Amino acid sequence: MALPKAKADATEARLANLTLPSGGADWAQSARQDALSRLSAMGLPGARDEYWRFTRPDTLNSPAPEQAALFQNDEKPLFEEIERLKIVFRDGVLDRASSDDFELEGLEIETLGDATAKDIHWAKDVFGVLETRGQTPVHRPFGALNTAFATEGLVIRATGNVTKPVSLIYRHEDENSDAMLHLVIKVEQGASLTVLENGPAAARWNKSMEVEVADAGSFHHIRAQGRDHERVAVTHIFARIGAQSLFKSFTLTANGRMTRNEAFIEMAGDEGIAHIAGAALGDGTFHHDDTVFITHDAVACESRQVFKKVLRNGAVGTFQGKILVKEGAQKTDGYQISQSLLLDEDAQFLAKPELEIYADDVACSHGSTSGAIDEDALFYLRARGVPLKQAQDLLTLAFLAEAIEEIEDEAIADDIVERLDGWLSRRS
Amino acid sequence: MLKIENLQVKLEEEDKQILKGVTLEVPAGAVHAIMGPNGSGKSTLSYVLSGRDGYEVTGGAAELEGEDLLELEPEERAAAGLFLAFQYPVEIPGVGNMTFLRTALNAQRKSRGEEELSAADFLKLIREKAKSLKIDAEMLKRSVNVGFSGGEKKRNEILQMAMLEPKMCVLDETDSGLDVDAMKLVAEGVNALRSEGRSFLVITHYQRLLDHIKPDVVHIMADGRIVKSGGPELALEVENNGYADILEEVA
Ligand SMILES: Nc1ncnc2c1ncn2[C@@H]1O[C@H](COP(=O)(O)OP(=O)(O)O)[C@@H](O)[C@H]1O
Ligand SMILES: [Mg+2]
Repeated sequence: MALPKAKADATEARLANLTLPSGGADWAQSARQDALSRLSAMGLPGARDEYWRFTRPDTLNSPAPEQAALFQNDEKPLFEEIERLKIVFRDGVLDRASSDDFELEGLEIETLGDATAKDIHWAKDVFGVLETRGQTPVHRPFGALNTAFATEGLVIRATGNVTKPVSLIYRHEDENSDAMLHLVIKVEQGASLTVLENGPAAARWNKSMEVEVADAGSFHHIRAQGRDHERVAVTHIFARIGAQSLFKSFTLTANGRMTRNEAFIEMAGDEGIAHIAGAALGDGTFHHDDTVFITHDAVACESRQVFKKVLRNGAVGTFQGKILVKEGAQKTDGYQISQSLLLDEDAQFLAKPELEIYADDVACSHGSTSGAIDEDALFYLRARGVPLKQAQDLLTLAFLAEAIEEIEDEAIADDIVERLDGWLSRRS
Repeated sequence: MLKIENLQVKLEEEDKQILKGVTLEVPAGAVHAIMGPNGSGKSTLSYVLSGRDGYEVTGGAAELEGEDLLELEPEERAAAGLFLAFQYPVEIPGVGNMTFLRTALNAQRKSRGEEELSAADFLKLIREKAKSLKIDAEMLKRSVNVGFSGGEKKRNEILQMAMLEPKMCVLDETDSGLDVDAMKLVAEGVNALRSEGRSFLVITHYQRLLDHIKPDVVHIMADGRIVKSGGPELALEVENNGYADILEEVA
């Protein structure tokens, strides 16, 4: 079917200056070529697409990014106190000299370039494969774009219990950078891995992460998307998780003109657990979109989606979340909550929670709310002597608590809470 | 300690006068009780004293140790030594009971120019006070009042009072919904705090509580006014004959 003209034009314009990377092994080249074909067939998102009803794709579609001022961050870097393996990217380009050696027990890390140049590599079964699975039933054009064109990235394999988190640090140093980064991650049977990401990354950022968690494996992901106000970002998580495995992802977004974080998670083995959570803080020019799709395709799996947004001064938050329970996925336990705290009357929250269930023995619940600070709670705190601003901040943190609780590691959670505190205390 | 003079209050949103001239003085160290039928304005009085939104003072005054209460923000009133034990304590999901109390205590100390209490000292203090009110560690860890029974909520109010050591304690129906044992516990908690420098205004429906917390003066409130004041025997009279006689007598 031919694309509508507007879409075809936008796609063509976007692709005009891009060339497929060369020098990869056959499998990698064909994965990239396939991704490009997919993208050409589906086209970039249009304003009329149902999946883009709440979020305008313009800033992501345009051939070149808009300039994004650099932000002088005076806070001490996130995760600083945490023992970790640090890998630094500047505007999406690996800075090997500023990074630690890629050496840690139970862990293999290669650059995307090195891995895709090898004729035989395990990444063949993940790279572009999970993204392709994520294109049904809904198109995710920027995921395909990323598979086709990203040259930067890492290929990470955990074969045992990796004791230190792998910490990806994304620096934004060029006001006009247009970066794409692709992560391919495999957690082998019974292995465990934590990946941390932080930083604003680029003026325009397209990041894709494909994660395969084998049976009894566990994967933790905590990311913070920096404090830059003008950057735009679209990110994807494509995950497939096996029997009795654990997948947990938490994202903190404070500021940013435009962010769309998509996640597509398939629960492919019995008794798997997948939790995905987010805390977003927006003040002023801020559009934040969480789009989540979790498929239960096995018995007795548990999934949780917990998304909280604090919005003020014109900020917009959106949430589209789906739990799909396939035929035979009995004993599914699915939970989804999306909530916004509107600190004034200019802020806006749009939500579309969805359940689609084809099994009869399941427990699924979802809810979405939007509201102001609870006046009774505020008065109660003040009547005990807590000053107004402090009481508001305390209640705002309390609102976010359910999302923060999804971070298992206490030290990391404390670090995130400190950021939230900082963001709140900078506002009157 | 607390001096209320001809206090008149209406609802902000509605043209409805609720307090129609309340006059009351609680000296330092004294315990006064307010009794009265439902809807007579007792809770409204406690809210207006503590600074809740939604009310408009149309006349009169309220002072705490000579300081104009009505000019102060709720948190300033608390720091000045006023405490209200709520008739309906508020649930605050996501704020731990301990965090709440420590934040409140330190905020009050800070605003009075006192040093903040260290985490260790705070812990020691709260454990000791919680124990006497039979509040266990688990309850302290939970979110403020979330999942607490009616009795637990009221005991939690008294715990807060014990920790914050206010000068002027207003208790709004702290006894309602309590069984006999819980009421004794609450009364003991209150009595333990009685001292020369601390005053109480105990709002209640029942004589029961006043058996345990002996008041110096009992006021009867009806339709936004104190219609009669007297000694503890007034509470007994209410207990035996209800309000009808008193209201008729003053009508
Ligand atoms: N916020 C409010 N909105 C509407 N009516 C109110 C409000 N607060 C108090 N009232 C009314 O004022 C009167 C006194 O209420 P209240 O002070 O709660 O009495 P009491 O505590 O003595 O039972 C009642 O008629 C009550 O309905
Ligand atoms: Mg009342």
